[in-house]
Amino acid sequence: MALRKFLDRIEPHFVKGGRFEKWFALYEAVDTIFYSPGKVTGTTAHVRDGIDLKRIMITVWLCVFPAMFFGMYNVGLQANSFLAEGHAPAMLDWHQRLISALVGHDPASIWDNFVYGAVYFVPIYVVTFIVGGFWEVLFATVRRHEINEGFFVTSILFALILPPTIPLWQVALGISFGVVMGKEVFGGTGKNFLNPALAGRAFLFFAYPAYMSGDAVWTAVDGFSGATPLSVAASGGMQALQGHLTWMDAFLGFMQGSVGETSTLAILIGGAVLLIMRIASYRIVGGVLLGMIAMSLTFNLIGSDTNPMFAVPAYWHLVLGGFAFGMMFMATDPVSAAMTDTGKWVFGILVGVMVVLIRVVNPAYPEGMMLAILFANLFAPFIDHIVVQANIKRRLARV
Amino acid sequence: MSEVTARQVLLEPILNNNPIALQILGICSALAVTSQLSVTLVMAISVTLVTACSSFAVSLIRKQIPSSIRIIAQMTIIASMVIVVDQVLRAYAYEISKQLSVFVGLIITNCIVMGRAEAFAMKNGPILSFLDGIGNGMGYSAMLICLAIIRELFGSGKLLGYTILPLVKNGGWYVPNGLLLLPPSAFFLIGLLIWALRSWKKEQKEAGEFKLAAHKVKEAF
Repeated sequence: MALRKFLDRIEPHFVKGGRFEKWFALYEAVDTIFYSPGKVTGTTAHVRDGIDLKRIMITVWLCVFPAMFFGMYNVGLQANSFLAEGHAPAMLDWHQRLISALVGHDPASIWDNFVYGAVYFVPIYVVTFIVGGFWEVLFATVRRHEINEGFFVTSILFALILPPTIPLWQVALGISFGVVMGKEVFGGTGKNFLNPALAGRAFLFFAYPAYMSGDAVWTAVDGFSGATPLSVAASGGMQALQGHLTWMDAFLGFMQGSVGETSTLAILIGGAVLLIMRIASYRIVGGVLLGMIAMSLTFNLIGSDTNPMFAVPAYWHLVLGGFAFGMMFMATDPVSAAMTDTGKWVFGILVGVMVVLIRVVNPAYPEGMMLAILFANLFAPFIDHIVVQANIKRRLARV
Repeated sequence: MSEVTARQVLLEPILNNNPIALQILGICSALAVTSQLSVTLVMAISVTLVTACSSFAVSLIRKQIPSSIRIIAQMTIIASMVIVVDQVLRAYAYEISKQLSVFVGLIITNCIVMGRAEAFAMKNGPILSFLDGIGNGMGYSAMLICLAIIRELFGSGKLLGYTILPLVKNGGWYVPNGLLLLPPSAFFLIGLLIWALRSWKKEQKEAGEFKLAAHKVKEAF
């Protein structure tokens, strides 16, 4: 309990009137990392529950871990398989030097692959955390609010939806945009209407498209060009896609893609925990699935001679691109999604419909999950308004 | 607005009563024409001239305009000015007028022009109205030029067409930010500029529509 005593001893310096009152947010952050806060809400009605914001956020953070670990392994696997074919990396940057110093390049070795991926992913995550954390602390200090655990989730989600080869300064720029413009300008956690991680990614996507999309960015070997399965499907149709990889491979995640999004299985494991703990709303997840299935069936029925994406069935849409990751971790963001129960279904269906619509009909974006969720985020308050008004109307009629 | 001095009407709109930053007018053209500084400068001069001349003309005949058709009368004057500007640009700066495309014609719908004619020129003398038009045009221009400098410099590494930051694809080191060349970026930038301006000049802040109840906590044990 020496730590508790130490924290209690220095507390007077940080509360109002103390020497370091400006830094209260930092003190509070350290204190609540180590100890449960012994405070309860003093005013207005609130729900008492054993699970509070801190636990929710940390649980989400932990639930992303399967996808993250698999993602690191897969980054290494993709790169090492390519190197094993006898290619040498075109350029020796610090990533490659570090990897050579640590491990070999055997695609059959789980450890080799994992370290390879970690050398690419960990710096991305560290930069995300430091830069995003800087903004978070800055705003908390100036505005006198607490540093929120929500940033744990934002940071890891943001890092996982980037391609492994992204330059680190772009990571810093993206998370800055996500945290400041996506969240803090609206008043901080709980007041943002967009998912900050997705806002950051959208910024990078439109600002530096060459680093965020296309064929060259998905494998962490210089000069390697490997299309994501979605762009394979967009250009060659189902036949090319099935020649490229099997459904099982896509489900397990052995394919090109952003770090965390490839393995539907790993995402579903984490997602299942969130659903069972009722942190992620099953209504949103169900709505996304429903909308996606309905829309892809519609496209399958309509058919098209010129656009091969029309023929992609729903079970493929599920495992390709960022669909599963977005469905489990992004669309279910409790702040930017719809709040009402009916609204959650509508919100989910809107995401599901939009993602297939963008993937199939829009030739410019082979992947549509990011834009679909951001689009639905914009509509969430409107959906809630309609639901609430409908409820009022129904109950008024009963009077 | 009983006692306004020439100095006030000329300088107030630049920082203290900026048509874009405080009145949030003329946003549409601020998004559309600011991806290149040269185009922006032409647009800024055009809007300033149109605002000043139309305010002057409206003010001259303000006592003759029947109040019921005053908007139509103002529009006619503004439209004539815009057509003159458009023709002059086509004659002497054809390339730039092509890049500005419809936005020269759309000066007529720019709320700043209309707003100054209606709000100021209808109540004040011609000279003051003229200066007011110049002042508001300068406020508009200042904002647009800020936007254009940021957007052209960081979006394509140039200013007025001269390379400042050599691009990676030409052997330099700067990776251009493609978002800045898209109109939405001006929206973010205007927001940031307004934020900066209001942090500096606190009196520009609007009162909140509602106040959140303070988050009160008490010790549980």
